[in-house]
Amino acid sequence: MLRAALKHRLGEFALDCDLEAEARATLVVVGESGSGKSSVLRYLAGLLRPDQGRIDLGSDCWCDTERGIWIPAHGREVGYVPQDYALFPHLSAADNIGFGLRAAGFARSEVRRRTDALLERFELTAFGQQRPSQLSGGQQQRVALARALALEPVLLLLDEPLSALDVETRHVVRTELKRVLTGLSCITVFVTHAPMEALLFGDRIAVMEKGKVVQTGDRLSLLREPRSRYVATLLGLNLLAGRVVHRGQGSEVTLATPRGPITAAESGAGDELFVVVSPDQVTLSLDEPGTSARNVLSGEIAEILPEPPYGERVRVVIGPAPVFVAEVTAAAVAQLGLAVGQRVYAAFKATSVAAYA
Amino acid sequence: MTRRSSWLEAGGRIGTLVLAALLGALLALPLAGIVLRVTPSALLQQLAEPTVRQSLWLSLETSLAATVVSLVLGLPMAALLATREFPGKRAVEVLMDLPMVIPPTVAGFALLMAFGRAGLLGKSFSALGITLPFTTAGVVVAQVFMSVPFLVGAARAGFAAVEPRYLDAAATLRAGEVYGFLRVRLPLALPSVIAGIGMCWARALGEFGATITFAGNMAGSTRTVPLDVYLLLQENLDSAATLSLILVVMAAVLLAGMRQAGLGLFAPPRAPRSAQAPAR
Repeated sequence: MLRAALKHRLGEFALDCDLEAEARATLVVVGESGSGKSSVLRYLAGLLRPDQGRIDLGSDCWCDTERGIWIPAHGREVGYVPQDYALFPHLSAADNIGFGLRAAGFARSEVRRRTDALLERFELTAFGQQRPSQLSGGQQQRVALARALALEPVLLLLDEPLSALDVETRHVVRTELKRVLTGLSCITVFVTHAPMEALLFGDRIAVMEKGKVVQTGDRLSLLREPRSRYVATLLGLNLLAGRVVHRGQGSEVTLATPRGPITAAESGAGDELFVVVSPDQVTLSLDEPGTSARNVLSGEIAEILPEPPYGERVRVVIGPAPVFVAEVTAAAVAQLGLAVGQRVYAAFKATSVAAYA
Repeated sequence: MTRRSSWLEAGGRIGTLVLAALLGALLALPLAGIVLRVTPSALLQQLAEPTVRQSLWLSLETSLAATVVSLVLGLPMAALLATREFPGKRAVEVLMDLPMVIPPTVAGFALLMAFGRAGLLGKSFSALGITLPFTTAGVVVAQVFMSVPFLVGAARAGFAAVEPRYLDAAATLRAGEVYGFLRVRLPLALPSVIAGIGMCWARALGEFGATITFAGNMAGSTRTVPLDVYLLLQENLDSAATLSLILVVMAAVLLAGMRQAGLGLFAPPRAPRSAQAPAR
């Protein structure tokens, strides 16, 4: 069990975050660049010292500014995979993996034995004698992971482990990494800016915004109930705040929102509710639709953003603020001849709306 | 293009070429003078001369000894300057650079003032039975004084240029500071350290002013090749030319070798070696 409470001030930037993570589980810290998420890893690794705070791992205390406890990085049982891996360029893959074992004072033969085992486990046996620069991005990532796991740490820290990879590789490595992490008995803290990775890897997800954890939860609770516009935007969801104006049959509810009335098929209790609509549940048309969709709102297109990697999905941002986003196919955009500034109607069913307090 | 600017272009181009050629000639002609003076047979004949061989050996021994001493004393200083902040660091930095700019004769005089019989430490040294002035050991001290800044400077720059991310990674892998230095910082800075060794050795080999002031000019014990050349100017131009040629060739080979290896202050600039560029 990891518990960390950290406070740090760096000029204008103030970091204040509490995190908890369980053994055998992955905590994903997701946020935009500059949110302070990489710094969190550096505090946990012992590379940065917080102004104030505590870090406890089970019964071990790694940092307690009140009691003056500070275990430096080399005294902590951590495995750290920095964003660009920082593989030692002057050492072979095998020596990179064995670095920690040697530093920890294991006998040469033992280092060799464990390194060989790790090379095999990460399917790197053929590349043991290669320098990092001779390896592909995916292989480098595996070496970095093997190096971090060589000493069987209680805490594994991953900083954007997929961001250094090209799109093609990322797809494969993502699946591979998921498999590796699932089998680990340590606590993993995984930092990313990509909501998709957060949802894929996170047993628990902490969303960071400007140095603060704004919401923590498992993936379902985050998707169903984002607590702020930031979280919703980050997850790629539409979030509107609304006031209940009508309660219909069952738990059906109609709310007044800044974008007009929206009906949700189900809702929680309360008068002030959040409305979440997944953009891929929204259809677009140029004329007012006469379909069965209960909800229609309209506005001018503010932006048209092709989605990575291939742009076959397109996010259409409909103004004015608070903007509403529809995710449609590139083919649909072409067929409708959508362009920035054009007036469109966005329609979605009451059943694709989640309303909650 | 206006008339004036075309004149400027043409004039500028020609002027550049002429001035560059002039500088090239200024540096190359004297060297050519030495090379043309020495015939292969004269070279062999001179190399058989006991006095010539004596000064050559003395130069090799003292300059290599000075390089080793500089390495042993210089690397810790370079490491401190590259990795630590401490009060008075600026002053230490100036001190480390000073020998590169003060006149060598002044350096030799200063060494006398410190280690000479009447110097600051002269009494304590002679009580211990150590004599530096006018000895071979004094030659080494003079050479260290003049050449160690090149080693400290190059090694320090190399140490400081090692990216912190590698040292951070090492720290999370149980490497304490010293272990991290030996296994990560030093190997990654090795090209700079080797360049520093090369520059240091070349400077020691060519040391004249501090040596003659502090250690004198005694055949067999303090008369290194540069001193011998100076002396031979008055007696035997052929010997002077031979010894000069040997020094020039050694220096040129050293520099060319370092350029070839991409090392040192005088290596051609090139793109920073991306240690490993993960595919993006």
